Amino acid sequence: MNGQVVPAFLAATLEMSVPLGLAAIGGALSERAGVPNIALEGILLGSAFAAVAGMVASGSAIGGLVCGALTGATFGLVHAALVLRGRIDAIVSGLALNLVAAGGTRTLLRAFYHSSANSPNVRGFSLVEVAGSSGGHGLLRVLVDPLTWVFVGLAVLVARGLRATRWGLWVRAAGNDPRSAYAAAVPVAGVRLGAVVVGSAITGLGGVALAFSQHQFQAGMSGGRGFIALAAVIVSGWRPERAALACVAFAALEAAGFVLQDRGGALPAAFAVLPYVGTLLVLVLFARGRSFQAPRGLGVLHDE
Amino acid sequence: MTAHGRDRATAVAAGLVATYVLFCLVVFAYGEAPRGVVAELFAGTWGSAYGVGQVIFKATPLLFAGVAVDLALRAKLFNIGAEGQIAVASLALGVVGARLPVGIPRVVAWPLLVAVAMIAGGVWAIPSAYLKARRGVHEVLTTVLMNRVADTLLSLSLASGLALAGTTRTPEIVAAAKLPRLDVATSRLAGSSANVSIVIAVVVAFVVAWAFRRTRARELWLVGENPIATAAAKIPVARRIGQAMVLSGAVAGLASTATVLGYKGYFELGLGAGAGFGGLAVAMLGRGSAWGLVLAALFFGTLEQGGLAVNAHVPREVMSVLEGAAIVVVAVVERWSARATQAEAVA
Repeated sequence: MNGQVVPAFLAATLEMSVPLGLAAIGGALSERAGVPNIALEGILLGSAFAAVAGMVASGSAIGGLVCGALTGATFGLVHAALVLRGRIDAIVSGLALNLVAAGGTRTLLRAFYHSSANSPNVRGFSLVEVAGSSGGHGLLRVLVDPLTWVFVGLAVLVARGLRATRWGLWVRAAGNDPRSAYAAAVPVAGVRLGAVVVGSAITGLGGVALAFSQHQFQAGMSGGRGFIALAAVIVSGWRPERAALACVAFAALEAAGFVLQDRGGALPAAFAVLPYVGTLLVLVLFARGRSFQAPRGLGVLHDE
Repeated sequence: MTAHGRDRATAVAAGLVATYVLFCLVVFAYGEAPRGVVAELFAGTWGSAYGVGQVIFKATPLLFAGVAVDLALRAKLFNIGAEGQIAVASLALGVVGARLPVGIPRVVAWPLLVAVAMIAGGVWAIPSAYLKARRGVHEVLTTVLMNRVADTLLSLSLASGLALAGTTRTPEIVAAAKLPRLDVATSRLAGSSANVSIVIAVVVAFVVAWAFRRTRARELWLVGENPIATAAAKIPVARRIGQAMVLSGAVAGLASTATVLGYKGYFELGLGAGAGFGGLAVAMLGRGSAWGLVLAALFFGTLEQGGLAVNAHVPREVMSVLEGAAIVVVAVVERWSARATQAEAVA
């Protein structure tokens, strides 16, 4: 057993960082465009359900993935419409979406699968069969999971896109100083809409990963991950690649708790609070630093 | 009525209509006749003395939490942490309430426990208050983190000796600490769990509204409205923002009196869960007015109790979808109506 602790720990860390990290990348994108998005929690939940429902209905993991991403995008579209068109506070919109997702998924769970707790099992992606239950097998399974690589790929892609493309420049301009950007003929509303929808679709992929890693949907399974992802976004100074890394760190703390718990002892339970307390401490220590500045136009409308 | 009041009234009316229509549509989608189910919902809530009592019972923690969230909102702070503040205060009441001497008189026990609830809730808001006021970290994030910490610490501390062995509940609080149920006043409420904490909640709602109009608490509102002007007027902006957050936590903590002192007589894991988030909805609907908050709490209390009454026809989880929809409709219509009013004024 002893020799398997390290691979088991790595496997758990990777597995938990994928949903978290995808949510953080999506959140960073939306917020860099200047639209606060606390609906990440609800998006994770809604798209996790959609992923399972899609896979049950279509019989393929791709079907589930598409359903999950589309659900995420739909949430983003509603959020953007409410904030940019309806001009309501982005926090209010996010709260309402979280409520709708929590109640809606439970309602649909009952309607589709006649259960108040969980859906039928789904397999998720299984391109390569890896049998066996040891830590090493677990690690291998995570490494051959396409969603792991989607996470890594998107972290690099979004970071680079924001830094080095015209589209990225527009997103940053819309988020930093929407009025000047608007004056400089950047289509601020369109850019923001795009960033929120794409960001929410990416968060939706996080929901897919969450559901597939548990092989089912459970009521309330997002369990605060959306907010931890939000914390990662802030700690990273709104930079997607760093936010993704912060998520890996959070996941490692959580995984350490799990792995130690399996081996018994009283200490592990305390590990469960470490990601939260750790985040708070990081914020206390560094929040005034230059690299922690929020986009200056976060939550600012460009046309009033 | 002021133009602002008119905008709000329009918005709330639109929210009520939208909730009703949406509910009917959902019922219809479940293949039932909306009229019959609505009648059943009414019968289970406002149609009987017991139903009214249950609505009041459900509305009490919502009202405390709603007042708390609204208080923070006046300083432009979103206190998403009411959930954790209530949980910590509930544990504190359970633990302290059970350790009071048996012969303690009520006039000592009640104020003491009210203070304990407020202190526990307020203390739990301090990290968020500090981070917002001194470090500029958004309170939505920090309060949510504190909720998670509360979650974990609660189950940890119950597991490590605060709970009765083999359970997740604390021992019974002393008899003098319990708040009487409303059925001691009228026997018609018999069987319902409504208790006198609703009186405390309503008083707190009006006292807070009064304080913001007439006392220095007004400064808490001013710093939210215009921090630059208030700073110029030598008001310590950061300190006032921190105070608003801690005060909000203290009021949220009071919600535990409704559940621990008035209902169960002990704390158990999950008791009162959801009230903090419900309070957000209450504050959105009743924002800025004591009457508004009381009515909003009763409205959501009705939805909660009504959800149970019609659970045989439509799942009660639908109610939180309705809550979300109500919040959005009220917010959107209020913005529209305010812009229309502005446009009128300009023309």
